[in-house]
Formats: sequence, structure tokens, C-alpha cells
Amino acid sequence: MLILTCPVCGVTAEETEFHGGGEAHLKRFGPGSSEGDFHDYLFSKENPKGVHLERWRHNNGCGKWFHAARDTVTLEVYGTYPAQTSEPPQDIKDAISAKRPGWTWRDFS
Amino acid sequence: MSNTVSALNGASASGYVQVHEMGLQGMITLRGDLSAKKLVDAAKTAGGTNVPGRGHIALSGAHGIAWMSPDELLILTPYDEVDARLEGITSKLAGTHHLAVNVSDARAMFAVSGDDALVRETLAKLCPVDMSAAAFAPGQFRRTRMAQVPAAIWLPETGEARVICFRSVAQYVFDLLKGASLAGSEVGYFR
Repeated sequence: MLILTCPVCGVTAEETEFHGGGEAHLKRFGPGSSEGDFHDYLFSKENPKGVHLERWRHNNGCGKWFHAARDTVTLEVYGTYPAQTSEPPQDIKDAISAKRPGWTWRDFS
Repeated sequence: MSNTVSALNGASASGYVQVHEMGLQGMITLRGDLSAKKLVDAAKTAGGTNVPGRGHIALSGAHGIAWMSPDELLILTPYDEVDARLEGITSKLAGTHHLAVNVSDARAMFAVSGDDALVRETLAKLCPVDMSAAAFAPGQFRRTRMAQVPAAIWLPETGEARVICFRSVAQYVFDLLKGASLAGSEVGYFR
């Protein structure tokens, strides 16, 4: 069971109050993109053992989307941060590095 | 003229706390930029109280304003005042990007009353919320999940709780509250 803190409304709740929204920081490839890019956008998702960045929605609360950094092995939540960003903020990166030195996730580390 | 009735028409149950469907309750959803003075002023006038901070509810008699999300307020008024107050908001905010809707008949509201520890226990049985007095105090407002449906809860005073849910699940929520407060099923966790 994950305990997440919604950065929008400040509520800390367990995961059944939220809904997972898949991988974070996807770049959309839509009409006009190459078939390879479109395929990767749709299907090539990260499925790491360890540090993972995800989108979540507080669907039984304020209804807003946000990002969460967590560990898929230990289920530890490193932190949550607003949806309006294309990469994790430095304090989240630091929190992950403190527990998992040398971590990487796509282009982030 | 049709006779307006609330979802459960004032149903009540009594176990170790009293559960009561509160009948017709006026509610207005107001969405927009909560930092804009114009919108705050309109909300204050309609709600009869100051706009509460994040995660709180401001109450003043039969009126109140609840903080639903960073761009949404729920204004509570007596049922027969809704139309006039909604009109007030709409005229004040004309030309401003906002949404104001009468949602009175789309929702149901319940009162749970009795011993404070047992009222908290009833809600704690149904919601994934820390209901201890230290974590959830009167004045706080929490949207959450009650068993399988969304609900919003707050404590107007010690030994009193209010629950708002969608009208379509009013019977479900009533049965939940009734079941959770069956006499003899007290856990006494918050005593």
C-alpha cells in the first residue's frame, strides 16, 4: 500500500483514494510524427525494478493530477511533485539519490 | 407544483450514533481562479462567510463555503435561497471566466451525531482518513472515498459530522453509515 501526499490539496492518503495514470514525463508524438516515434509513444513504456516516476490523479479528492517518484521494489515513495513540470524537481532527485545513489530513469539521474 | 424532496426524504437510523439524511440542502459549485478578488468577493457574498483556506470549511449559521480543490468552492445555503444567491454570483462575475451551478439536487447530505469518539469511529470505519482528534479537527474539510464512492466530510462541532455524497449513491451511503454504527459494533478506537 502506497501512502501518497497530493501536492495540490496537501492531503496524505493511501493509494485507494488516488488512481495511477501511468508513466510520467511522456512526450507526445501525434499526427505528423514518424511511425517509430508514435509506436514508442504508445507502447514503449518504462517498467523498471526500482526508481519509477509516475502520474497519479487524486480522483476521490481534489481531482487533480500530480507526479510521484517511488520505488517499485520497496514501494517507498520518494516524493510527489506538481504535474506542471517536464522533469522532476531537484529536491525529488536529491531524495532519490540519497536512497538510491546512481539511479537513472530515462534521461534523468 | 411538484413537491421537491431530498434523496432519502430525511431518513434516519440510530445505532451507537445517530445518522440522519438532512433533507433539502442548497449547494452551489463555484469554479474559477480562487485568487481573483472578484471571484472571492462573489463567493463571500453568496456564502455569507470568508473563503476558507486549503482543506478547510468556513461556516456561519446555515451558510458556509467549503474548499473543494484549488479552483473550486462549494457554497452551502438554505435550499430556498439558492436561486437568488446563484443569480448574485452570475451577475457579479459576468464577463469573468467562471462556472457557477446549482448542484443542490445532485447531492445528498448526512448528519452523523453522538459521542465524538464514536462519530469519528463511524467515519474511520468507512474512509481511509485519520479521524483522530489530533489529525482531523472541526473546520477541516476532506474529500475522500467512503467505501466505494466519493464523499466529503467535515465536523461542524464536537460530536457532529457531515457527509456529502452524490444523490445517486445516497441510499448506499446511508446504508454504509447505518451499518458502520450498528449498536454493539463499537471498537472504541478513539476513546
